[in-house]
Amino acid sequence: MKDETILITLNGKTVTATRDETILDVAWANGVDIPRLCHLKGLTSVGACRLCLVEVAGVPRLLAACVTRVTDGMEVTTDSPRLQSHRKMIVELLFAERNHICAFCVSSGDCELQDLAQKLGITHIRYPYRFPVEEVDATHSRFVHDPNRCVLCTRCVRACGEVEGARTWNVKNRSILSRVMTDLDQPWGDSLTCTSCGKCVQACPTGALAEKGRATGENTKTPGLFPRLTSMRGTRD
Amino acid sequence: MSKTITIDPVTRIEGHSKITIQLNDQGQVDEARFHVTQFRGFEKFTEGRPYYEMPGITARICGICPISHLLASAKACDDLLGVRIPAAADRARRILHMGQTVQSHALSFFHLSAPDILLGMDADPAKRHVLGLAQAHPEIAKEGIWLRMFGQQVIEWLAGRRIHPAWVVPGGVATPLTAEVRDKILEGIPRAIEITQRALELWHGVLGEFKEEVATFGNFPTHFLSLTAPDGGLDLYDGNLRLRDAQRGIVADQLDPTAYDEHIGEAVEPWSYLKMPFYRPQGYPEGIYRVGPLARLNNADHCGTELADKELAEFRKLSANGGAVLSSFHYHYARLIEILYCLETARELLNHPDCLDTNVRAVAQPSRREGVGVAEAPRGTLIHHYRINDGGQIAWANLIIATGHNNMAMNRGITQAAKKFVHGDRIEEGALNRVEAVIRCYDPCLSCSTHALGQMTLRLQLLDSNGNVLDEKARA
Ligand code: SF4
Ligand code: SF4
Ligand code: FES
Repeated sequence: MKDETILITLNGKTVTATRDETILDVAWANGVDIPRLCHLKGLTSVGACRLCLVEVAGVPRLLAACVTRVTDGMEVTTDSPRLQSHRKMIVELLFAERNHICAFCVSSGDCELQDLAQKLGITHIRYPYRFPVEEVDATHSRFVHDPNRCVLCTRCVRACGEVEGARTWNVKNRSILSRVMTDLDQPWGDSLTCTSCGKCVQACPTGALAEKGRATGENTKTPGLFPRLTSMRGTRD
Repeated sequence: MSKTITIDPVTRIEGHSKITIQLNDQGQVDEARFHVTQFRGFEKFTEGRPYYEMPGITARICGICPISHLLASAKACDDLLGVRIPAAADRARRILHMGQTVQSHALSFFHLSAPDILLGMDADPAKRHVLGLAQAHPEIAKEGIWLRMFGQQVIEWLAGRRIHPAWVVPGGVATPLTAEVRDKILEGIPRAIEITQRALELWHGVLGEFKEEVATFGNFPTHFLSLTAPDGGLDLYDGNLRLRDAQRGIVADQLDPTAYDEHIGEAVEPWSYLKMPFYRPQGYPEGIYRVGPLARLNNADHCGTELADKELAEFRKLSANGGAVLSSFHYHYARLIEILYCLETARELLNHPDCLDTNVRAVAQPSRREGVGVAEAPRGTLIHHYRINDGGQIAWANLIIATGHNNMAMNRGITQAAKKFVHGDRIEEGALNRVEAVIRCYDPCLSCSTHALGQMTLRLQLLDSNGNVLDEKARA
């Protein structure tokens, strides 16, 4: 039964949970903070960023808390030197992969990537920067897409598809060349499907999607809007 | 493999500036040149960025006067939006600019130049810096530090951060002034004015000892360019361009600053990365002009505040028969007068009945493809010029910085000083100090002008007529 109550151990403490919950849900309910980036409450989870990795006793590999359901008696550790080192590495790689210059970024001060770096105590990047040449798409009348700051979390893709139902955003290419795109890789301003609702902007954890005309640090967002929206319309199955 | 790239501040300073002194066949000084390897990558780098990021980006060009770039850039953006910003925003930006000018001028005068002026040009270089000043004249050094800090605090109180604040935005400012900040600034102004007045007294006291420096530190006729208010008064934030000649005759007045490129050309010399702006109607190099405090005071009809105007009357007496004050040594004097003006003006603005008005931002979409913003940075006229595409991305940008305007005058100034003070095939300590001090009169906004707090950060080379290096001086 999905809502059957079970017991698990979370960082040495016994807590209750239901079978349909993920490790992340349970941690959340118990005030334990697990870093995450691609997960956004109100959207389906895809387990893409791997920041929410946790240790589960008896399982040699690390598991993504956002997509792993709890089982009876599961022993979960959410913080350890090993996990810290993995998380740091992931965040550093995200910075190395694109061009993040927080100093004049519209999202500086309200950016989930920046927050993570601060929380993890990242002071420098150990990997060579790739400095890709990325074109800003400013063709939309209200929003801007700046791939220099994208972390490929696909939250925009899911917000647009699952909540707005427009499916404007999608992912193109593979591996290191992956990018999000609008429609069939047309300029956002020419998109026939975009309803200009702005949900993708609210879902985006970084300055990659922003409202036009915001000065440095002014692109504050309300990602907490999604659980409200989805609960108001009933969950999608 | 990970790679560590280290940017060594020492090599950066080295790369920034070098002076060469060229001797002729007779072994006399022919010409001196100030070489700048300036980083001009900003214009290219900004292409493709949304226009509203420009204030934030360009404020990072310089850690010494970021507010000036912020303002010139925001003004260029206002122009793109086609808006007139609310009056309260205009006042708020001006107060911020006052804070910036006070801190920058205080740094230039007290920290960088006062050691030369109060300890003497021939003083032991090991003591001729702000710490040496603190030993010899503890009161002045302390007051100078306080004054600079006050200017910085004004910026921090208003904009939240001392360096690189994001408070100035296209269309105005992000948040209105609060009563608390207003009162804090007003409380500090009387002490700041007293300090400036004491510095002025000191200046008048020692000026007589610097006859040679006054005569040879960039003392030659040029034009002077600056913004002035529509009534011809001093204005550091807005207004129109005015150009006077060495006789203080008006050559051009109330030029629309957005049409700057009709009046100002930029020449290129193979030995400097810094372009040489000149006044177009007179051509290059005849169209040489100076900008900055000296130019502004020569240009303005009045300051418009009581104490500054009194000092301005003294300043005018420095030139015979009503001409412009020509010696670059008096940049120092002009800076002190401007500090007074800034403090008095800030007080007026803060006492304005609508000082705390909350209407401080005009929200709009760009209505023009091209925008120009001009402001008087502490060091002179600063121009930002952008073109954008339909989406509001920067398609082209041009920035003319104050140090650029003064480029020709600086070269002429060091040539003049070198001719007077450099003899034979060696660079004597005193000559080195003086050539360096000429550069400091212009307070060029290169990191070298501040990093080492008045110590030698320039490299000086003496070349014979065949280009062989005879002597080289640089202090570590
Ligand atoms: S998106 Fe975040 S991390 Fe990237 S530049 Fe902007 S503030 Fe910095
Ligand atoms: S644009 Fe934003 S929301 Fe979309 S994938 Fe990139 S970072 Fe995530
Ligand atoms: S939050 Fe779980 S993988 Fe991204």
